[in-house]
Amino acid sequence: MVGPRLGPVGWLRWAWRQLTSMRTALLLLLLLALAAIPGSVLPQRPADPLAVNAWIAANPGIAALLDRVSLFDVFGSPWFSAIYLLLFISLMGCVVPRLGVHWSAIRSPTPPAPRRLDRLSGARAWTTADSDVLTRAADALRARHWRVSLSAAQPGDPASRGWLAAERGVARETGNLLFHVALVLVLIGVAMGGSLGWKGTVIVREGEGFSDMLTQYDSFAPGRFASGDLPPFSFTLTDFNASFERTGSQRGAPRSFSATLAYRSAPDAPVEQRAVSVNAPLRVDGAKVFLVGHGYAPHIRLTDSTGRVVFDDTVVFLPQDGNFTSTGVVKAPDAQPQLGVQALFLPTAGLDAVRGPHSTFPAPDDPALFASVLTGDLGMDTGRPSNVFALDTEGLTQLGLGALRPGESLKLADGQGTLTLVDVSRWASFTISHDPGKPLVLAGAIAAILGLSMSLFIRRRRIWVRVEPAGPDATRVVVAGLARSETTDVAADVEALVTVLGGPPTSREPIAQKPIAQAASPTAVDAHMADPHQEES
Amino acid sequence: MTLVQWSNMLVYASMAMYSVAMLAFAAAFAAGRTSRMDPAPGSEDLRTPVAVGAATGSAQAVTTPGSGGSDDPAAAARAAARAASPMIEDGHAGGPPADRDPLPPGRRAANIGMSLTWLAFGLLVAGLIARGVWADRAPWGNMYEFSIAWVVALTGVFLAVSVRRDVRWLGLPVTMVSLIALGVAVILLYNDSPQLVPALKSYWLVIHVSAAIISGGAFTLGAVATALFLVADRAERDRRSQAVTDLDPAADLEPARSGVRARIRATNSRAAAAVAERVPDSGTLDALAYRVNAFVFPLWTFAVIAGAIWAEDAWGRYWGWDPKETWAFITWLVYAGYLHARATAGWRGRKAAMLGLLGFACFVINFFGVNLFASGLHSYSGM
Repeated sequence: MVGPRLGPVGWLRWAWRQLTSMRTALLLLLLLALAAIPGSVLPQRPADPLAVNAWIAANPGIAALLDRVSLFDVFGSPWFSAIYLLLFISLMGCVVPRLGVHWSAIRSPTPPAPRRLDRLSGARAWTTADSDVLTRAADALRARHWRVSLSAAQPGDPASRGWLAAERGVARETGNLLFHVALVLVLIGVAMGGSLGWKGTVIVREGEGFSDMLTQYDSFAPGRFASGDLPPFSFTLTDFNASFERTGSQRGAPRSFSATLAYRSAPDAPVEQRAVSVNAPLRVDGAKVFLVGHGYAPHIRLTDSTGRVVFDDTVVFLPQDGNFTSTGVVKAPDAQPQLGVQALFLPTAGLDAVRGPHSTFPAPDDPALFASVLTGDLGMDTGRPSNVFALDTEGLTQLGLGALRPGESLKLADGQGTLTLVDVSRWASFTISHDPGKPLVLAGAIAAILGLSMSLFIRRRRIWVRVEPAGPDATRVVVAGLARSETTDVAADVEALVTVLGGPPTSREPIAQKPIAQAASPTAVDAHMADPHQEES
Repeated sequence: MTLVQWSNMLVYASMAMYSVAMLAFAAAFAAGRTSRMDPAPGSEDLRTPVAVGAATGSAQAVTTPGSGGSDDPAAAARAAARAASPMIEDGHAGGPPADRDPLPPGRRAANIGMSLTWLAFGLLVAGLIARGVWADRAPWGNMYEFSIAWVVALTGVFLAVSVRRDVRWLGLPVTMVSLIALGVAVILLYNDSPQLVPALKSYWLVIHVSAAIISGGAFTLGAVATALFLVADRAERDRRSQAVTDLDPAADLEPARSGVRARIRATNSRAAAAVAERVPDSGTLDALAYRVNAFVFPLWTFAVIAGAIWAEDAWGRYWGWDPKETWAFITWLVYAGYLHARATAGWRGRKAAMLGLLGFACFVINFFGVNLFASGLHSYSGM
């Protein structure tokens, strides 16, 4: 069968209708869920670049392929973005027209009562001499916050003495639309944070200072349109404390971290004592300082063959396991000859045949430095950048190897110098970030919860009353209701209204046992009402 | 005894109660058709079922649950007997009125099961409180406590529903799931430390984690109802196709069924029919599952958002695609899909129910899998 030909506009309209259909939105929703899974299984670059490198090194064959399709940065990948952008376009395509429809629905009166009201399920009818039924029904319903429209008897319609239409729970759709619009606000807020904000990390040793300038950061990630103005604060890490579980099955688990800062909000501002811990960041003008990590910084002193002190400072050692077995290097390019130290720091030293030197507890109960001192060309004069945490040992000769406790020294071979572990201090790492999108994200999130609750908890239903002539002094009253949302029971509302109007009670207890399934499919109901917007978006 | 020993004792005592309650529910199940929803007999309304289809209220009365669509005279007789029997409940799950003796088979066992479940719940709550007092914090700071709190939430939601509606037929699966979760908690996840890792030391522990736990308990109940819906729906389909075949032998166009697959299908079909006889009809189950899931979805949304606010304080960003965050997001998406599917042509019924179960599977992966197997900021299982 050959259908009618579609022009380009026709095709566009067809594509738009497909994209904004409920089925497409549902598939995109599920596709987004599916697409997020690899991001939780594979290490991700933005979260942990070192783990990604380790994974690639361990699986060289497949890693290149995975890397090419952005599987190490799933949430920044083009295909993930494509899915959620399509989802949001689909969502807007569904919601925006409904905004208009709902706006006019709120402002227009409730649709009139169906002609054959008594054919609705649960309809109740009785005959009465009361001529004032409609007014009383309207008053009763209005008192219960129903929206009521009344129609008096029409002269041209002898079969009717007027009708009443009432509706409740219109806010269900309001909430539904609010929820979807709020999701868009969240997305805009996230995008604002990503493009206008910035985030940097820095490692600070005890006693060391930090000023908020680009050059002071170990890493700094500005958004594409970030202004580059950093708040002019500075601080010195005066003290860092960590405590760990000592006994039981959780031995070694961290229990508290806290950093004490001597903080200045501006270069000429007075110094204030500030504490920063894991759930208590430091709020600076427009930015926040978070404590995100810590480790040990042994104080190492190195003298060379001339007896001159060529290195005397605390050195950041990076933890390798939960007990803070840490590695670090010292480079002394000014020594005669150049000296390098490659070392393992153990806060609580342990030694066994299988694992070699390792730490058995994260607190500095029995600290020791296992160091290897090397000499030769450290490669620092070439001008090439080198990693401060690694020492290329190729071409170097070992001058000494030993384990040092605080205060102990290692004499190097042939009077080439000494290595001293002076004492042990700590370092802490901080993330400092500025995210101007945060308030919008929070507002969107709160609005989303509000809208969601409205759209799921508010029950939308209608009630109609029709009065028809039934003899000289009698009228027949018909009352019926219709649930317009899933699992909504309108029978209780009908019953209450019938009672108010003096209708006969049902012979049996009307709703003694409240059944769980009251409403049939809302679509059947809405199709009956010829409502084109029955699908929730 | 120290407070923590009291707490452990209470948890063990609660497990014993859950076991006995489960046996009672199992006995009720074996006795058959004990605690179903009975139809409200037709009231004096002016319904003509054809006119508007099964709109409000009529679904209940038009088809008697369990016998709908069947031409089997025995089933009709059973339905009639049920309608006249003392099984018609006043909606309260407590003890039946004394003048309604003798009780139908299994009813007494189901009532005993409910009472024991209340007792088990009380003991478990006491155990959880004792643990919280001992640790001097909210008692859901590690996997052990989280599992116990989850069972409290599941049973609590079940009992809350049971106050308003007769859901004794849910007793067997609920006590079974509770017992398994408690067993896993006590044997595999036990944690003897009252202390927390620094990231958890925040008032957000109370807000975020309790919201997640209550959501988890309700999602579990929703998943149980969803699974029962699938079984009941299957049985009703089988019965309908059977009725068609009975009426018109020529309609059975399938070749003679033989072989292992046919036998498995027949066994499954019989099992589905047996379960379906003991639970409400598929429409009721579907509505209950929807109500529970839809009721708790905003709470789950709140739990995720509260987690993001907490993460912002603890780790310096509100969303970092940590495995826990990623799976919370996936769970949220799948449940959102479930809610949408129920209003999408071609997805209602079984497909939507499958999504509901998938959402629950994602929640379980997020709860157990991520803590135990993934490395991330949430990996504080205490294992």
